[in-house]
Amino acid sequence: MEEKLKRAKDKVVHTQVWRSLFRQGWPTTERNRVLTTINTLLLHLHPIKVKTHALKIRYTFCLGGATLFMFVIETITGLLLMYYYRPTLEYAYQDMKDLEFTVTFGLFLRNMHRWAAHLMVLTVILHMCRVFYTGSYKPPREFNWVIGVQLLVITLLLSFTGYLLPWDQLAYWAVTVGTNMAKSTPIIGAEGPFAVLPANTDICFYLRGSEDISGNTLLRFYVLHCIFLPLSASALMGVHFWRIRKDGGISWPL
Amino acid sequence: MQELKTKSKKVVSRETGVPSAKARLEALSAKGREGEEGGPEPDKLLTFPHLVLKEFIALMLMSLLLIIVSIVLNAPLEEEANPSKTPNPSKAPWYFCGLQEMLVYFDPWIAGVVAPTLIIIGLCVIPYVDRNPRGIGGWSGIKHRPFAVTIFSIGVFAWFALIIFGYMFRGPAWLVYMPWESWDVHKPILSPGGLVVPLYVGVTAIAVYFGLGMGLPVIFVRRFYQTLGPARYFVTMFFVLCMFGFLAKIPLRLLFSIKYIIKTTWFSI
Repeated sequence: MEEKLKRAKDKVVHTQVWRSLFRQGWPTTERNRVLTTINTLLLHLHPIKVKTHALKIRYTFCLGGATLFMFVIETITGLLLMYYYRPTLEYAYQDMKDLEFTVTFGLFLRNMHRWAAHLMVLTVILHMCRVFYTGSYKPPREFNWVIGVQLLVITLLLSFTGYLLPWDQLAYWAVTVGTNMAKSTPIIGAEGPFAVLPANTDICFYLRGSEDISGNTLLRFYVLHCIFLPLSASALMGVHFWRIRKDGGISWPL
Repeated sequence: MQELKTKSKKVVSRETGVPSAKARLEALSAKGREGEEGGPEPDKLLTFPHLVLKEFIALMLMSLLLIIVSIVLNAPLEEEANPSKTPNPSKAPWYFCGLQEMLVYFDPWIAGVVAPTLIIIGLCVIPYVDRNPRGIGGWSGIKHRPFAVTIFSIGVFAWFALIIFGYMFRGPAWLVYMPWESWDVHKPILSPGGLVVPLYVGVTAIAVYFGLGMGLPVIFVRRFYQTLGPARYFVTMFFVLCMFGFLAKIPLRLLFSIKYIIKTTWFSI
């Protein structure tokens, strides 16, 4: 029996289909392990070998990876939520209620999207602290720190734009408070110092698409939240990871 | 059976062969790997499996955490948005509550626009003004760069302290309510007024603050100035003084009820 199974297995792994999927054998030899890292799309972001010191959990606490993982979770759950959500005054709140009571696993989906978002804000801040305290922003990694700061800002904006979408009291007034600040921008805000623009053309109006939070704001925040900001974040993340490699990998004591 | 065992020990003979369960476990274990690495770079290990395994475990743990939290805790959903019914208080999302808390002490153009802009730019310039080459790549390096670590820690601490205070200790009309206190308890509304420092005193105070802040270290901490050079020194001290200036307004307002240090027709600080 075992002999038969083995022969069947050998037949499978020697087919053209199998060999086109898996270019190297099971990673039990050093050669195959190297090839696994090189040949796998996700793993090839890593170098083939890493410093032993970089492997210690207490060095990085996996915070950057945790942030990326949260981003992936947000993308998946967010994409699924998009099937049920319409960003209009008429439907937005009703669709939230549907997600809560009608859609199978809708509540779970929304919960996960919400908590992962909060966690992502937290992990990205903690990741920044880790990088600071371990001196990992020092040359040659200066610019990667700057990209990291931009990613932090985008994360906050992603979370903030998503905050409006449920269109409940919490969302509406939190975003009112948040965007009101823009009114006070010097020069380009209607109520700020040296204001030159009236309330119907200032930066806050531009942000909201109207003088108060309205259906225009909802649509604007929806597009920012689902398309513009995730794409910007992905692009910057690409640069962020690429530069880690180009700057010599994860930092280590000199 | 005996034959299979010896084969699994040798792992795989053929390029694409799928090994036995035992060999598959061995692929992920440290066993029998001693000799194979540690060539020209003995302080390095293969990414697969050493790093990938840890990443995978972290991923599993985080998934577990998220799934449990998402089952146990429901995301808040209040009644439908109603522009004519303003809740009291209206709070920003937690990560902006620190800025909202700053509104107690500053006009919105500072708390909501200038402060966040300065924080973002200030963070971006850190690697360019910190010329101390020590402390890379480990937590223990912290002791070799007391200045950078102290300033950054004060900033992070203040950011979270303001968030926690704004998020948990503020109730209706943005008055102080302990987390266990009911928001139904009526509290007298504090007068929005306060002292306005005369313009010439205020301008002098700020000029002296920045002047001494920039000048004194040049005289008394000469080495600090010399290692940074004038440009880096100026940028560093500008952001450091701005941060302490922001924070100094809190005791000024609370202890001496000073509302504005500078008040003009166009803007007030």
